[in-house]
Amino acid sequence: MSVALVLVEHEGGAVKDATLAAVTAASQLGEVHLLVAGQSVGGVAQAAAKIAGVAKVHVADGAAYAHNLAENVAPVAVALVRDHCDYFLAPATTTGKNIAPRVAALLDVMQVSEILSVEGPDTFTRPIYAGNAIATVKSSDAKKVITVRGTAFAKAAREGGSGTVEAVSGGGDAGVSSFVGAELSKSERPELTSAKVIVSGGRAFGSSEQFHALLDPLADKLKAGVGASRAAVDAGYAPNDYQVGQTGKIVAPEVYIAIGISGAIQHLAGMKDSKTIVAINKDEDAPIFQVADVGLVGDLFKIVPELTEKL
Amino acid sequence: MKLLVAVKRVIDYNVKPRVKADGTGVDLANVKMSMNPFDEIAVEEALRLREKGVATEVIAVSIGPVKATETLRTALAMGADRAILIQTDDEVEPLAVAKLLAKVAEEEQPGLVILGKQAIDDDSNQTGQMLAALLNWPQGTFASKVEVSDGKVDVTREVDGGLETVKLNTPAVVTTDLRLNEPRYASLPNIMKAKSKPLAQKTPADYGVDTALRLTTLKVEEPSKRQAGVKVASVDELIGKLKTLGVVA
Repeated sequence: MSVALVLVEHEGGAVKDATLAAVTAASQLGEVHLLVAGQSVGGVAQAAAKIAGVAKVHVADGAAYAHNLAENVAPVAVALVRDHCDYFLAPATTTGKNIAPRVAALLDVMQVSEILSVEGPDTFTRPIYAGNAIATVKSSDAKKVITVRGTAFAKAAREGGSGTVEAVSGGGDAGVSSFVGAELSKSERPELTSAKVIVSGGRAFGSSEQFHALLDPLADKLKAGVGASRAAVDAGYAPNDYQVGQTGKIVAPEVYIAIGISGAIQHLAGMKDSKTIVAINKDEDAPIFQVADVGLVGDLFKIVPELTEKL
Repeated sequence: MKLLVAVKRVIDYNVKPRVKADGTGVDLANVKMSMNPFDEIAVEEALRLREKGVATEVIAVSIGPVKATETLRTALAMGADRAILIQTDDEVEPLAVAKLLAKVAEEEQPGLVILGKQAIDDDSNQTGQMLAALLNWPQGTFASKVEVSDGKVDVTREVDGGLETVKLNTPAVVTTDLRLNEPRYASLPNIMKAKSKPLAQKTPADYGVDTALRLTTLKVEEPSKRQAGVKVASVDELIGKLKTLGVVA
């Protein structure tokens, strides 16, 4: 039987949701093994072993793996895949996208990026041109390296598995890179990629103050995550991790409420798989209305406060 | 130090791609083509590093058809010093592009190779990471800030949770994100001047790189289309709809 190794993305001792979608994709390809790399990650490895369908967890524990430096983590994955696995999968997150191509090149494999479905042992679908086309591609490489779009696969259950846990030594610190620091957004709100409801704002808000003064109370009422268009992020209304779109986050919540967002194809690429799309925009011809299930034409500065109050 | 910048000729950012009726790909006939936007940011960053005195020379490389010469001329007009076209009419996958760029890097010995984080046509987001792997160099991907000092480069990266900074030994590979800089426009005199800047023509065979495809595209389809829904006239009606959808109680 084929073996599919999945890179586990974890934070604060917990396995992140994007990993669970990658596990589901892997389970369609073979026996699921996981790679947990980090520092003091015994707890993560135990949690990972419980994910439904997992046969084995390989753990690389050490200071060199603390910050997902691709230079240090990729060789660990390469050694495992070379000797034991047929597939290497990573979630298509910034962590997975940073590490997986490095693994692919070291294995002399052409990566299949952001797969949407597994059509067969070597055949996958993936979006190209900002999701305006879907390609079905067949890989001729002996081993396959794949990143998985989190919104395209159901999440594997966190409980139900009973995988074994095995330590791998790895090469340690390659000595060419180091972690300096991070400025991570702190928020009590749901993370965009797993939020059930998202309210998202565009440049029409006019300033960072108005963006937050109007959107935050609405998000609080709806227990929603807050997103933004590229234009709003470029204008400094919201930090980069709010950006939804072709090159930002790909989201597919139950409800996506786009406010003051015209709907450029690059933005639509990041949210058009949402179950229900609501659009509020003053321009009745805005392209966002072509994909919205419910649209309201009008001034967001009047509509948003009224909506927040009446909810 | 020298800087190497990779640029790709792609469908223009503002054009809506159309899938060919026969399902073989996206129709690029008579479509406006431009430099990949992330690569423009890469060129700009290289130029700023040269203007700061960190770098001495900026070399632009493109792999593609003869028409990619236009993309290289754009890079030269922005201010790059010289260009290399590795000409091929075949499709070249990121792995093969990375192999070709690795050969150029071995020849040119740059301190940094700067690339866009992804091309907006195939959306692969692989080439820079692959190049770093092949050269056994460190990588700073999705950069929003690049600072070179004392033989090291600090790269601030846009990650899912916010920003992260890594320190890399040079030589290194950097891939650009949107907020790294705002690329300049080429002025008319610089466009004229670019025409006489050196542009070397090579082929993949010159570098001994096999560009045979590893992925075969079986078909290309339009994604399932969303139907436009209804427009409501008031906030009350909108709330009614949200209630029907179960978003609010």
